[in-house]
Amino acid sequence: MAQLIVIGLIMSSIIALGAIGLTLIYGILKFANFAHGDLMTVGAYIAFLTFAGGGHIGPLSFGYGMILAMLAAMLVVGLMSVVIDRLVYRPLRRRNAGLVILAMASLGMAIIVRSLVYLGWGPDQRFYTSGLQYAHQFPLGIALKPDQMFIGATALVSVALVYLLLYRTKLGKAMRATADNMELARVAGIDTEQVVIATWAIGGSLAGLAGVLLGIQSHLMPEMGFIFILPLFAASILGGVGSPHGALVGALVVGISQEASTEWISPAYKPAVAFILLFAILLVRPRGIFGVKV
Amino acid sequence: MTVVLEADGIVSGYGEVDILHGVSLMVDEGEIISVIGPNGAGKSTLLKSVFGLLKLRKGKLLLDGNDATGLPPQKMVRKGVSYVPQSENVFPSLTILENLEMGAFISGDNIKERLAEVYDLFPILAERPHAKAGKLSGGQRQMLALARALMLQPRLLLLDEPTASLSPRMVGDILTKIRDINESGVAILIVEQNAREALNLCHRGYVLVMGRNAMEDTGQNLLNSEEVGRLYLGG
Amino acid sequence: MISDFLNPSYLAGFLTLVVIYAVFAIGLNVHWGYTGIFNFGVAGFFAVGAYTSAILTKQPASGDYMTYIGGLQLPYFVGLIGAGLACAVLAFIIGIPTLRLREDYLAIASIGVAETLRRVFINEMWLVNGTRGMIGIPQPLHGLVDTADYKYVYLAIAATVLLVVYVAVERGIRSPWGRVLRAIREDEMTAAASGKNIFAFKMQAFMLGAFIMGIGGAMYASYVRAITPDTFVPMFGTFLIWVMLIVGGSGNNKGAILGALAVWLIWNRTGALVSEAQDPRIFYVRNLLIGVLVVAVLLLRPKGIWGEEKRVSVYAGKEPERGKRKEEEDAEPPTTTVSSAEEAGEGGGAT
Repeated sequence: MAQLIVIGLIMSSIIALGAIGLTLIYGILKFANFAHGDLMTVGAYIAFLTFAGGGHIGPLSFGYGMILAMLAAMLVVGLMSVVIDRLVYRPLRRRNAGLVILAMASLGMAIIVRSLVYLGWGPDQRFYTSGLQYAHQFPLGIALKPDQMFIGATALVSVALVYLLLYRTKLGKAMRATADNMELARVAGIDTEQVVIATWAIGGSLAGLAGVLLGIQSHLMPEMGFIFILPLFAASILGGVGSPHGALVGALVVGISQEASTEWISPAYKPAVAFILLFAILLVRPRGIFGVKV
Repeated sequence: MTVVLEADGIVSGYGEVDILHGVSLMVDEGEIISVIGPNGAGKSTLLKSVFGLLKLRKGKLLLDGNDATGLPPQKMVRKGVSYVPQSENVFPSLTILENLEMGAFISGDNIKERLAEVYDLFPILAERPHAKAGKLSGGQRQMLALARALMLQPRLLLLDEPTASLSPRMVGDILTKIRDINESGVAILIVEQNAREALNLCHRGYVLVMGRNAMEDTGQNLLNSEEVGRLYLGG
Repeated sequence: MISDFLNPSYLAGFLTLVVIYAVFAIGLNVHWGYTGIFNFGVAGFFAVGAYTSAILTKQPASGDYMTYIGGLQLPYFVGLIGAGLACAVLAFIIGIPTLRLREDYLAIASIGVAETLRRVFINEMWLVNGTRGMIGIPQPLHGLVDTADYKYVYLAIAATVLLVVYVAVERGIRSPWGRVLRAIREDEMTAAASGKNIFAFKMQAFMLGAFIMGIGGAMYASYVRAITPDTFVPMFGTFLIWVMLIVGGSGNNKGAILGALAVWLIWNRTGALVSEAQDPRIFYVRNLLIGVLVVAVLLLRPKGIWGEEKRVSVYAGKEPERGKRKEEEDAEPPTTTVSSAEEAGEGGGAT
């Protein structure tokens, strides 16, 4: 069980990166981005495309090429998110499209993105590197591969940076203000269009990073991100839509629960576990742990 | 006396319906102008139209004599106009300090001095600057909303029913504060349901009925007017 | 391109699938078009309907490679009704907690339900034979004609079912019950203020739409004769039907049928076009096309081919659960213009 919890923590860090982006977008634009999982997929595959060079950074399974690939993935997905918003979601917002129209549009984008991945790389599994990696043994029967420790550390650093942004910079405060009340932000003189762009850029690049980390942890498949949609939404809603702390806490709960559940039920049911958590919170406290009552 | 704001024949509304059918008013430097009238008269709509939150379908807006018609809120803020909505006028998840910082968002300069000035005017906000705005009482929130609007040292302040949903004691406090703000040189255009208080406070007042100008006079004259008394001052 | 359709047998098969998808689209229309329920778990009802009719109509499981419950060998129409009922019950169970949620939460919850169901079907071998699937699902009136001509029989049966469903739903919508539904879709708060039990109406609509989807699932199962959990992936089972509704025009049943035809035509013809290609990847061009189609329609012609303009207040739709802002209390909310299809009497109208 201790091992499952630790793996859960690793998965939680990946979920957290996706959920923070999702919740920021949800909080500011009030729209459920169903394409967020597929943004992760794109990130993973862009890294696959740009990953070059062999070698190893210490005990990790990849060389410095991966760091560059990760940055490329973040850049591309961040940019892509901004462009998609400009071309698709913003025109719909301007027309006062309902939540459902926007959600359908994001589902459409998800299909488009996923199809492009299928067309580009086919349905087979891909891996960044080949070969086995040996796990370090820890007490309590815990075994961790260096790659997994890397994932945890990267996620931690990224989340810390996001917090720095949100709580110590003017842009971050403007983002939180816009999430609270977009019209008031405009009234105060904040350029909310720029805030929206920044939110997509940040949310998108976090998703791209999450995708790469997921690819490192397991493997690449065109469906990899879509499978994550339930845990991502569960984490965001559990923690309270719009709240980054919420996304973190939600990710921890969902990630660990999913892994721990495999002690008793088939791993195929992991997304179902996420769903049950989601369902439970919607019944008991729909605004989530840190959510504000609307 | 320079005219800070001149609105001429404003027509605006929502969707296919016009709420304002040609409203005009003027705010001189240093004046407090009150706009009163029954529900649905378009008072809030007027403020939103002036501030650029609503598009003007007809009419003109002049700021300091210059054409300001069609300017969006962001530009109005840069021209020294600030607006305080009636409700949801603070950022609840941000602290008092952060709310004030947002008020000064477009200013690149160090806001320490301005912050100190605003804290002087609203000492209650200085007590716990890191308290979350969402946890404040109604009166404190209204103070914060006002303070936020003052951070850029506006020349004209637009207030939408600042005393709405406040306890009678807080109403007095807020009105005193508004007077203080005006005395520091800020012109104020205030829309109020609380007609008696609004007329007491202002230099001049306008009565708006069904989206049109109905009356215009000094605050005192309107207070004493029989017609106004009968229609709007109730008990 | 067209030559395939000159073959009557091929055409019959094509039209049968159009008819089946049209039934689904009508069911979804009852949910979204008429009541405003964003059901993104259609695949779940599709699967439950299909599997239920399989269980009811097939022979009992036998041999080493088949395990499933049921096998009651009941007639086709019992299978249809049973499938519908099973879905209605499922809708009831899901609906109790979820129908009070706001739109997007309901959407997420419904995705979760569908995905969970799919995993259950995959993993619980004893239930519906897991990934091995259920094959040999019986077809109605099979002995009536030569196997070669059976396609036409099935098309006739399917078309009849579609007709019945269509007429029933059209009747229902024009009834007082239907008018309340439309009032709820347009403005839930006002409808609630007039004293109607919103939840009960929504639940009824949810169950009705689910019932129809169950019938669609049963029709599909009998047509293809073999189903596996992979048949009900979100793309086929949910997304495609939504695209049909959006393209055809949500809010009325003619649009649903038209959308089913249009989208299935695109799907089918694209499939035929690329089937020559060597690389199996090319099939994903279809998915891409459908994705682009739906985004394009949403951007360029949101009401679809035959849609009615939603008669909603100009500022509704964004944050449904927030209270109305002050100026909305001051002003009378206007209604958007109504398309000519509506004026021709396409749909009833809320008072």
